[in-house]
Amino acid sequence: MAVCVAVIAKENYPLYIRSIPTENELKFHYMVHTSLDVVDEKISAMGKALVDQRELYLGLLYPTEDYKVYGYVTNSKVKFVMVVDSSNTALRDNEIRSMFRKLHNSYTDVMCNPFYNPGDRIQSRAFDSMVTSMMIQVLSRAPCCRAGEALWA
Amino acid sequence: MEAAAGGGCGSGPPLLLSEGEQQCYSELFARCAGAAGGGPGSGPPEAARAVPGAVTAAAGPVADLFRASQLPAETLHQITELCGAKRVGYFGPTQFYIALKLIAAAQSGLPVRIESLKCELPLPRFMMSKTDADTRFGNPAELHGAKVQIPYLITEKNTFKRMDDEDKQETQSPTMSPLASPPSSPPHYQRVPLSHGYSKLRSSTEQMHPAPYEARQPLVQPEGPSSGAAGAKPPRHQASLIRSFSVEREPHDNNSNYPDEPWRITEEQREYYVNQFRSLQPDPSSFISGSVAKNFFTKSKLSIPELSYIWELSDADCDGALTLPEFCAAFHLIVARKNGYPLPEGLPPTLQPEYLQAAFPKPKRECTLFDSYSESMPANQQPRDLNRMEKLSIKDMADFPVPAQDVTSDDKQEQNKTRLEQNKIRLALKSTVDEALPKDMSEDPATSKDSNSLKARPRSRSYSSTSIEEAMKRGEDPPTPPPRPQKTHSRASSLDLNKVFQPSVPATKSGLLPPPPALPPRPCPSQISHHNVNSECSAQPRPPTQLPNYGDFRLQKQSEQASEAEIHPQLNRAPSQAADSSPTKKDIPYSQPPSKPIRRKFRPENPAPENQEPSSTVGGPASAVTGKPHTAVQKQSSKQKKAIQTAIRKNKEANAVLARLNSELQQQLKEVHQERIALENQLEQLRPVTVL
Repeated sequence: MAVCVAVIAKENYPLYIRSIPTENELKFHYMVHTSLDVVDEKISAMGKALVDQRELYLGLLYPTEDYKVYGYVTNSKVKFVMVVDSSNTALRDNEIRSMFRKLHNSYTDVMCNPFYNPGDRIQSRAFDSMVTSMMIQVLSRAPCCRAGEALWA
Repeated sequence: MEAAAGGGCGSGPPLLLSEGEQQCYSELFARCAGAAGGGPGSGPPEAARAVPGAVTAAAGPVADLFRASQLPAETLHQITELCGAKRVGYFGPTQFYIALKLIAAAQSGLPVRIESLKCELPLPRFMMSKTDADTRFGNPAELHGAKVQIPYLITEKNTFKRMDDEDKQETQSPTMSPLASPPSSPPHYQRVPLSHGYSKLRSSTEQMHPAPYEARQPLVQPEGPSSGAAGAKPPRHQASLIRSFSVEREPHDNNSNYPDEPWRITEEQREYYVNQFRSLQPDPSSFISGSVAKNFFTKSKLSIPELSYIWELSDADCDGALTLPEFCAAFHLIVARKNGYPLPEGLPPTLQPEYLQAAFPKPKRECTLFDSYSESMPANQQPRDLNRMEKLSIKDMADFPVPAQDVTSDDKQEQNKTRLEQNKIRLALKSTVDEALPKDMSEDPATSKDSNSLKARPRSRSYSSTSIEEAMKRGEDPPTPPPRPQKTHSRASSLDLNKVFQPSVPATKSGLLPPPPALPPRPCPSQISHHNVNSECSAQPRPPTQLPNYGDFRLQKQSEQASEAEIHPQLNRAPSQAADSSPTKKDIPYSQPPSKPIRRKFRPENPAPENQEPSSTVGGPASAVTGKPHTAVQKQSSKQKKAIQTAIRKNKEANAVLARLNSELQQQLKEVHQERIALENQLEQLRPVTVL
């Protein structure tokens, strides 16, 4: 469903960023970059409470005409940012949540690998394939979405 | 065969094939059919393509085969037309055989006609891509690296040259010999995926025995394009793997349903891996942590991304630790990679942890496996089981012909029985493994669901030091350092605190003292003083006073009873003195702070008069004391002074001891501080992403 998926490290540099190559990638990279401010805002707003109480899923960060940007942050301040096509109107919140959960699980798997040093770029093939599966759904589903929700109920 | 050929062919001419031709053609047909219809894991070819129920050879491999015959294209077209494939639209057995025969005819120069079929023809020759294992074995030094990367075509050319020679041999020799040499090979080759790799293996192994087996090498299998270059490489690498590891060949290679031969772990490889595992982690049923494994695998000098990928493949449950089967799989992948074999996209089925656990149980389990098998198998196979177990460790080069001869078909048991006279022990090896693995297959579905549970398992086994995510999630602190206080205790015990505190500070000063069981210790100092005094007492009349406020606990235990005894005389003295109240008053000014002794005195006071004869020493001073209270007062003061002095001395000693203890503890504290700082530094280094 995603058009662009990005994993940002705590220090706000990207660990992994991938977009559907059909469009201008630079635009997505820029969107992800600007979304970091919003993420920080949300974190600090919620951060008054204890970390445990803070929710990982940040929800819609900001919408643009064509796209919506969703955010998710882990307990170690690693951020996942997902850009979704706005035409996917039927994309429900819990679906986005499940996608982030999958991302988080895959990220955890990557971290489990002792050969992965935290802070390195993510080069895991399993992670790539998982992200691809998420993104490919856009290509396959987009027409269905426009046709209606029933198709993929 | 003939009947089948004649019957199956609807409109074609009756086909008479010699036995050798029959075998060859059936092999080739099976290969084409299997290659077309079989993917990884497929069993006997079931290519029922166009016609359900009939076995057909798909056009692709057939076309390749025909091209390999090196006939001009138009000839091939003619042949295809003639054999009837074009007519019926597919290559049935009949058509295929006819085509092959026509190819043979064309190759021997006869015109492509139906009439040619009736002639006695040599076998058709195909330029097959032969394994370059032969070349590899010819140059053992080039086993690794670049040789491996040789493109498919080049090796083909190499083999082609060899093929020429061998073909000539083949044509010269009776048609029966090379093809018929392994009588059981046709059924073997029906399993195309196996034969593909396995035949290479066999031919490569046969290379080791040049003389008798040379003739077999021309028995090249047409390499269907289905396996492609990647398929060609694995057997090569498999051969090199075997080479690199041991001389022993894999007796069970032909037994599985899996076509990926290079991903099978041999017994010896398995033992090697298990030994390595044990060297890292003594308990075979436990895990190797991520960092340990990382260090170990880094020694293999593979690049980090590759190692990372291998880890990804082999750590099935993604917990950051490797169990024994996972470790074996990882090791095997590393070995394969080192030998140049490209890493697979996914974990091969033979390297799945469930499969590895099932196929290669631990030795004790293996015995039970074979026991169970022996129960299920007929009795006459039991000795084979035992032989199998005995032979497990034998590196037996003579096993080569066994794989060649051996069977993978379902009637293998019967065949084994027939060959029992020929090759009993070797077949025992084969048969037991044959039966072992099918059972393993059946176990696999049962255990495959474990993989899901593995994935779902909470990541509680993550021992990797770099798995920050895990630590964060669990919210754990780093494991607390081993409890230090033990050392302090041990150290302190060297100081023998018990001894320290007994003679040390009076109870008023020290809170360190274990609260004495109330009161008895208190009078000790007085008792000590009394002891000191008593020595003088014998000379001087004993003042009734005591100095209980200076607690000397040195003689605590020994004097406990004596202290009571001493109390008694004091008490005796007290009542024996002029006024009952006066000694108490005297006592009071001297013993103001510790009221307990006073109490103590009062308590035994009642029974005291009854215990008036404790000891002679007691009695002595008692009697001596009775007379003179005022001299007693003077002596009290002197005694007091001495008591004070002794008390002072003891206090100083206690001070010294405590000061020493203090310094030692301070030192320990510094050390612990330093250790803590070091650990924190390590933590900082290992965890660049810190929690806010």
